[in-house]
Amino acid sequence: MSLAMQRRRATAGRVWKQFRGSRQGMIGLSVLAIFIMMALAAPLLADVRELSPVYARAAGNPQWAPPGEFPPLGTDFIRRSVWAQFVWGSRVSLFVGLAATVLTILIGSIVGILSGFVGGRTDAILMRVTEWFLVIPFLPLAIVLASILGRSVWNIIFVIGITSWPSTARLVRAQVLTVKQRLFVDRARSLGGGGTHIVGHHILPNVSGLILANATLAVPISILTETTLSFLGLGDPTAASWGKMLEEAFVNGAMTRNAWWYFMPPGLGILAVVLAFTLIGRTLEEIANPRLGGR
Amino acid sequence: MSGSDRLTSEHARRRGRRRLILRKVLGSILTLIFVLVFNFFLFRVVQTDPIGSLFRGRNVPAETLENLRTSFGLDKPIGTQFLFYLKETAQLNLGISYQTRQSVWDEIVVAIPPTVALVGVSAVLSAVIGTLGGVIAAWRRNTWKDQSITSGTMVFYSMPDFWLGMIMLVLFGVVLGWFPVGGMTDAGSNETGLALLLDELYHMFLPALTLTLAYLGEYTLVTRSSLLDVMGEDYLTVARAKGLRDVVVRNRHAVPNALLPVVTLTAINFGFVLSGAIAVETVFSWPGLGKATADAIRGPDLPMLQGLFLLFSAAVIFFNLIADITYSWLDPRVEEI
Repeated sequence: MSLAMQRRRATAGRVWKQFRGSRQGMIGLSVLAIFIMMALAAPLLADVRELSPVYARAAGNPQWAPPGEFPPLGTDFIRRSVWAQFVWGSRVSLFVGLAATVLTILIGSIVGILSGFVGGRTDAILMRVTEWFLVIPFLPLAIVLASILGRSVWNIIFVIGITSWPSTARLVRAQVLTVKQRLFVDRARSLGGGGTHIVGHHILPNVSGLILANATLAVPISILTETTLSFLGLGDPTAASWGKMLEEAFVNGAMTRNAWWYFMPPGLGILAVVLAFTLIGRTLEEIANPRLGGR
Repeated sequence: MSGSDRLTSEHARRRGRRRLILRKVLGSILTLIFVLVFNFFLFRVVQTDPIGSLFRGRNVPAETLENLRTSFGLDKPIGTQFLFYLKETAQLNLGISYQTRQSVWDEIVVAIPPTVALVGVSAVLSAVIGTLGGVIAAWRRNTWKDQSITSGTMVFYSMPDFWLGMIMLVLFGVVLGWFPVGGMTDAGSNETGLALLLDELYHMFLPALTLTLAYLGEYTLVTRSSLLDVMGEDYLTVARAKGLRDVVVRNRHAVPNALLPVVTLTAINFGFVLSGAIAVETVFSWPGLGKATADAIRGPDLPMLQGLFLLFSAAVIFFNLIADITYSWLDPRVEEI
């Protein structure tokens, strides 16, 4: 047991060493660290009461003020500080993006491992369902589900998870099928290891690297989907994400006023976080599959 | 290999391909049935009383409502209702929009041409430009050209497409005033013929540019990666050893073999032509299917959403089939799968 732990720790150390050597990986990680710190330290960076239009009016904030007039990022159509919305919005966007990815990876891994490991009829049925979900256009399905379920953070997470697991399931299944052929699985089986033991101790450790790289690359999709759903009016009105900010800016005429300080920050935030995850994911993929080198 | 052998193998290959196509067609029909079942139950879960929601807030006698429910078959068991739904859908009778109280199909039909024009043009442009970019990037791997193309496309790929549209709209529409800020024609104009077409193209410029930039990245990255795979192959070394020029090696030997995944990607993306611009159409108030979807969400206009979802799914299923068939023509090895 402790031998396995030691070996795993050594692997983690090796991956980290390789990761540190990659410029794009380290840039992605630093950018992500900045935004995660911002989300965690939100109460220190901006008063949560500034999100309320009543508070903003009482404080005597100007309306549609550019950053010069109301530092650091100006105000919106109901006098709220854009900076406060940006800081608190990062929490919602990051949380939804990460939670939806966890759900995606969870469903995808369970389906993929079941399908690949059990095989036979289970495999056939699960793969048929996976194919169906792959074919149904993802965004319209998410829109339909979100419209039916109602506007809340948890519904958005559920909708993204339930619509984006199929590609993970396929990837994991393929990997499980190759791992299953390896000698150590036969050895474990002939020593009397049951299905759960083999999956837990032999299959899972060998597909976890792939699952991690896949998860990192799935976060951008989750974040962009949340942004689009919120922009279309399906976001949670009580917890405004960056996408919800963009919706409010658009609906209330920030475009025609050229109120760039209102719609640029949330978009740049999304761009930075998505790019960061993409860079990290590509680096992890290169480490897991060195043949890709520099693609 | 003797002549008769070649004939038999040719014959066998054709038969194999025909069987493959038949299987794919059957698979697509099965998927379409799945979508129909899914669509029916999904909306039935929330819409326990569609007639009630249709006339909500209006003074309609209970008797009339009851008659309508009977005429729509809503008093029948769920199985009968499903058959009824299938029959109605086959006749393109998709219900009545809550918002406009017009037939959903009529509402959808008028929104198809603007979307096909806008997204079709963008899909073609992004496929062509994106593929060219990918070829240049791969062939000049790790030079400044490659790095600027790859990082540029990654940035466009990482931003929400509608946000790019918002920036375009403010920059070129509001600040510089070079292009109109929305719609498909100038409000109140009664142009016809060429003048109308030019006006529509003028209005299409910004949304088309936005979508092209947003879609480019995928093509560039896929082409680049596929060409890099091919570039390690022996037959390219042979071609070079024959003394062929670099351009010939690239255009005649490397690129054609690297384009297979690009062809599939193009076909699959064409399936998303109808549903691909929901948020961007909203930004530019382009009167297409995307804007219809956004308007239906705000209702929420469930019959409209249901109809749009069905249409979007059918388009994807159809183009996936086309992609599979094209692939089997282009790559004879596929028949073995």
